[in-house]
Amino acid sequence: MNYQAVIGLEVHVQLLTNSKIFCGCSTKFGAAPNSQTCPVCLGLPGALPVLNKKVVEYAIRAGLATNHTIAPRSVFARKNYFYPDLPKGYQISQYELPICINGHLDIEVEGEAKRIGITRIHMEEDAGKLVHADVPGVGDDSCVDLNRACTPLLEVVSEPDLRSADEAVAYLKKLHQIVVYLGICDGNMEEGSFRCDANVSVMPVGSATFGTRAEIKNVNSFRFVKQAIEYEIERQIELIEEGGKVVQETRLFDPNSGTTRSMRGKEEAHDYRYFPDPDLVPLVISDDWVEDVRLSLPELPAARLARYQAELGLPFYDAEVLTASRELADYFEACLNRYPQAKPVANWVMGEVTRGLNDSGLAITACPVSPELLAELLKLIDAGTISNKIAKTVFDEMWQSGKAPAAIVEEKGLVQVSDTGEIEKIIDEILAANQGQVEEFRGGKEKVFGFFVGQVMRASKGKANPAVVNDLLLKKLKG
Amino acid sequence: MELYELTIHELHDRLKRKEVSSVEATRALLARIEATDPKVNAFITVTADEALTAAQEADKRIAAGEMDVLTGIPVALKDIFLTRGVRTTCGSKILAGFVPPYDATSWERLRERGAVLVGKLNQDEFAMGSSCESSAFGSTKNPWDLACIPGGSSGGSAAAIAARQATATLGTDTGGSIRQPASHCGCVGLKPTYGRVSRYGVIAYASSLDQVGPVTRDVRDAAIMLGAVAGHDPKDSTSVDRPVPDYTRSLVPDVKGLKVGLPREYHIPGLDPDVKQAMDAAIATYRQLGAEFVDISLPHTDYAVATYYLIATAEASSNLARYDGVRFGHRSAEAGGLVDMYNKSRAEGFGAEVKRRIMLGTYALSSGYYDAYYLKAQKVRTLIMHDFLKAFETVDVILTPVAPTPPFRIGEKVNDPLQMYLSDIFTIPVNLAGTCAVSVPTGLSQSGLPIGLQLIGRPFGEESIIKAAYAFEQATEWHKKKADI
Repeated sequence: MNYQAVIGLEVHVQLLTNSKIFCGCSTKFGAAPNSQTCPVCLGLPGALPVLNKKVVEYAIRAGLATNHTIAPRSVFARKNYFYPDLPKGYQISQYELPICINGHLDIEVEGEAKRIGITRIHMEEDAGKLVHADVPGVGDDSCVDLNRACTPLLEVVSEPDLRSADEAVAYLKKLHQIVVYLGICDGNMEEGSFRCDANVSVMPVGSATFGTRAEIKNVNSFRFVKQAIEYEIERQIELIEEGGKVVQETRLFDPNSGTTRSMRGKEEAHDYRYFPDPDLVPLVISDDWVEDVRLSLPELPAARLARYQAELGLPFYDAEVLTASRELADYFEACLNRYPQAKPVANWVMGEVTRGLNDSGLAITACPVSPELLAELLKLIDAGTISNKIAKTVFDEMWQSGKAPAAIVEEKGLVQVSDTGEIEKIIDEILAANQGQVEEFRGGKEKVFGFFVGQVMRASKGKANPAVVNDLLLKKLKG
Repeated sequence: MELYELTIHELHDRLKRKEVSSVEATRALLARIEATDPKVNAFITVTADEALTAAQEADKRIAAGEMDVLTGIPVALKDIFLTRGVRTTCGSKILAGFVPPYDATSWERLRERGAVLVGKLNQDEFAMGSSCESSAFGSTKNPWDLACIPGGSSGGSAAAIAARQATATLGTDTGGSIRQPASHCGCVGLKPTYGRVSRYGVIAYASSLDQVGPVTRDVRDAAIMLGAVAGHDPKDSTSVDRPVPDYTRSLVPDVKGLKVGLPREYHIPGLDPDVKQAMDAAIATYRQLGAEFVDISLPHTDYAVATYYLIATAEASSNLARYDGVRFGHRSAEAGGLVDMYNKSRAEGFGAEVKRRIMLGTYALSSGYYDAYYLKAQKVRTLIMHDFLKAFETVDVILTPVAPTPPFRIGEKVNDPLQMYLSDIFTIPVNLAGTCAVSVPTGLSQSGLPIGLQLIGRPFGEESIIKAAYAFEQATEWHKKKADI
């Protein structure tokens, strides 16, 4: 029998606010354990949560960017369960009335476009962290670090519209790109700023009813998502083929073996006893606020990609590469502002700039060559001051020293030679020294032309204007 | 008159005239506590040293002419208010060793005005009870008759006033926990409108019902204390950003033309004849003062107690989850693993009534029962709220008894929780409606125990109930009666 997989994703997006969702503590990563805590995030008796307005703004941003309706009234709810990293014995989340409802994202897999529904986005607080460690004077013990407790999260819940691991990854990448573009998440999957649980089931092709699903937790890279889902689909199909039944359960992905294993079954599932949190009043969001946020949204990747093709005339490939990250596209546009020729700028950004970044392991935001200086370099090429080839040498020097291209050209005497007299002199010397090759050319072996060009360029230390060289050489050889 | 017997305003006048110092007044109250508390057990913690230091500070302020009406006034707080550096137990073994790192906003406001804390007061464990018998620190006794309960849960707050151990106290009221003990101990107890006073730093029992309020010797003191603690607190999202009037301006003994509602649903079969007689007398007094009476209906009153015990326990089951032995409070020494630590710490730390309510609330929120219990209760709560709003279309205040009986005997209802729950039948609807009410002394039973009347006002109508209460107080002598201790 042939099987069809059905996948839904729940993504946790850690927001880039300076302070926590319900108190003023810092959200900075890596501080000494429990140094970023207060009565509220420690869950001390009597402490009360106060909602961080920035979190709401970020949630609206995310909602608008993924085509959601922003609920005019939403409600925080308590999710009750006991765990040592959960100080209050409940997590403040949203349940029946989330802030964003009915969204979608369009993805493309193997050239085919597909719309993936998003059920909801809601706001919630993160839990702390358990550290199992050798404690001086105590021995092997479990310690609780509550720095992360109360850190703001968005949970983005997709519809079960995904049909393959590749679709799931495409959806996830798109969502990742958007939240990073929006500036609401750093997107760091290793540190857990963007993490994903996958609900996976299989059913016979053509069936109208979904199979029993398993929820897979702990998949924290795009590669692992693909691996985990593919493994899980295969596992479920094999199980059914062997006459078994898929049970509803939570499974843990093991990145070392690439497999999933059962964590807890349905009967051990928690009854979270959700109810509206009486400590927080319902969140009322005005249309004006939503409109303000809408106006402040940056251009999103899909719109930018379309504009690069339509208005700048760039090929799809270039547009896609340049818009892959907001910072790269911003760099490209900053350069384009000073040197308004899209294709050469695109070539340089995708070529030399990207190569330099890859070699040095730097992010585009830390690029030693500013987009303004890159534009100056391109202008020098345009003006005929330097050749394209020399420009690459100048670029390397800019990368090392951070100096302006004109200064480097001046300092190193790299100005292109276009003076025909000077070039003629070099050509004459080269031709005189290579009579054999001159004969060959005149005998019809036109390939040797390249040899002469190379010789002349070398003799001029690359400074001769290639167009002038070509011209003069041809004239002299054909005599 | 002894220093420990004075009201806030009387002591303030003497402090202001430099007839007495705050240190002298504080010493007088500490001595009074020492003399009477072995019998009454109103205090869980007495903060004698801290009090004297604070009194010295207050005297400096007074000498420097920086005086507020509360400067130098010795007060005590229900042990539900967090006090930095002073043990705060909430009447529970699970918090027996808990010393908070911060102050409740209401205490902070009193402290900044120069009030002097003499100690922390006994209460029902986690404010769950109507008799002060569920405290892990022993029952508080009613100063009027030590064999009787002082009411609850703010039993210590009322008993300390009746025993003249503090000039004024703060309590909290979730279903009657300020008004009922005030009534049983012959003091004034005011439960403000939900959102009027910050709950920050007040240990939560039922977050949507809890409210802070004063227990005092007279209505003027209640107005002073309310004015000091009321007002928006950015740390409590449910506190309302609305100006605080000067409540002492409402201390005008004039109720001419005041429309007073008498809810017919409050004529219940269990009403004690002494209470009924006291109420009839009160009505007669108000009539003489020129008030007009209107029969009104609060049709959903019958459902109030059931509704309360679903909502309050549901919220409590979640609020009390943080007492898990991980970060603070009691942790069982016996525990083997994580789940064992949870189970044993909570089993050892919580008393029977708290466990009963956690179980009730957990059940009410469980999947499959949520709609039938919690959600239904919320709907009924809305109906009860509407009952009051509708009534206030025609009346200014509503007059009812505070409790159906005078204080009962210690142990009398301890094994009959349902009977115990019914003692809050007149006070619970006010919390469900989120509005305000005050309890004022209105007589003594045949056995000489205090009886209180309840004046209920519209939301944020504290001024009107203060005015009506003050007029009654000025026309009667009940607030001058003292427990013989």
